[in-house]
Amino acid sequence: MPTLRDIRKRLKAIASTKKITSAMKMVAAAKLRKVQDRMINFRPYAVKMESVLSDLASGSTEAGGHPLLVWRPKKKVEVIVLTSDRGLCGAYNSNILRVASQQIDSLKKEGVEVSISVIGRKARDYFKRRSIAIRNAWIGLSGKITYANAQEIAKDVIENYENENIDEFIIVFSEFKSMIVQKPTTQKLLPIGEIGSPQTTSSTATATFEFEPSREVLFERLLPKYVEIQIYRALLESQASEEAARMTAMENASKNCEDMIAKVTLIANKVRQAGITKELMDIVGGVEALEK
Amino acid sequence: MTNKLLLEIVTPYGQVLSEEVDEVSASGTEGDFGVLAGHVPFITTLKIGVLSYKKGNETVYVFVNSGYAEVTGEKVIILADSAEKAEDIDIERAKASLKRAEERLKKAEEIDFARATASLERATIRIQLAQRR
Repeated sequence: MPTLRDIRKRLKAIASTKKITSAMKMVAAAKLRKVQDRMINFRPYAVKMESVLSDLASGSTEAGGHPLLVWRPKKKVEVIVLTSDRGLCGAYNSNILRVASQQIDSLKKEGVEVSISVIGRKARDYFKRRSIAIRNAWIGLSGKITYANAQEIAKDVIENYENENIDEFIIVFSEFKSMIVQKPTTQKLLPIGEIGSPQTTSSTATATFEFEPSREVLFERLLPKYVEIQIYRALLESQASEEAARMTAMENASKNCEDMIAKVTLIANKVRQAGITKELMDIVGGVEALEK
Repeated sequence: MTNKLLLEIVTPYGQVLSEEVDEVSASGTEGDFGVLAGHVPFITTLKIGVLSYKKGNETVYVFVNSGYAEVTGEKVIILADSAEKAEDIDIERAKASLKRAEERLKKAEEIDFARATASLERATIRIQLAQRR
């Protein structure tokens, strides 16, 4: 039987763990709010960009000639896996990695050559441990994503697509559905299929636009932007998912701590009571011995 | 209201402006242009520069860091990498980045020349604009 002191020590340790987990939960909640604000701020830009692009595409038949729109037979596909840098966020990373691995396996079964790029330390470590080659890795983004990060990634992606190193880009990231649901999602980045949904086309889409410089030049500049937007959105979504997952995980941890504290307190009380009973027995035994 | 234009400026970091205005002028890569209500629809690229709009007798200046403009008869949508109203410009920051850019250009060794010039241009225009108000 453990001594009372040992149990009290353990109780203290659990209590301080609980302090940490509940602090982490609070921090995650604050961060989540920030990312959500950014997502909301970003939305009008994305919507407007899509409508400009679809205005640009409408009425042009030759627009399909742009390299980013052209479908090539897929010989080499790149899967970009987006995870967090830090752990302690429940099953968030393992969910993404599982989906990514399935995706990679099914592509390989089709006889397609697969290359992998990662964003986030967790994905990098995962593939490293399995000694799977990684083409490119961006580390240290989570927590401080900027639009410039998305631009940097987009630049690399577009370069490799245009010089025909890679015929298709797929990104695996976690979509932020709600506080409790984050769904790993795969999305095709390149080639660009349909731009936007029909309703994003502004009412004036039928109007004939004048272009300055020419439509081709504009297209050339706007399409990479579109890729940037997709990547930026993925970054924001996964950031929000990460913080939400961390919040849930930390809340569970705090709750478990509470349960543990209750259980251990009970044991402590039992041990204390046992001690008192023993002492009483000793005293009674001593008195009886004296009376004899 | 028929003679009004709806001017919207959006950046990845949020909507900067959404206002009914009388007239918009901006600097496109192919030259400056002005827009009144009922303008022929067109799409153009913008360079780093100043956009101004008139609302009644008031003229407001906005710094626009390259992007796109979509003009229709009743709307002007500006998609910029970043944008600030003149009164929101952080002049200290602009001055600091001007200094940085100048130093980098002076050294002129193994730098991204285009990036440094762009940053120099951004800073210069920001400072000019901030001082004009």
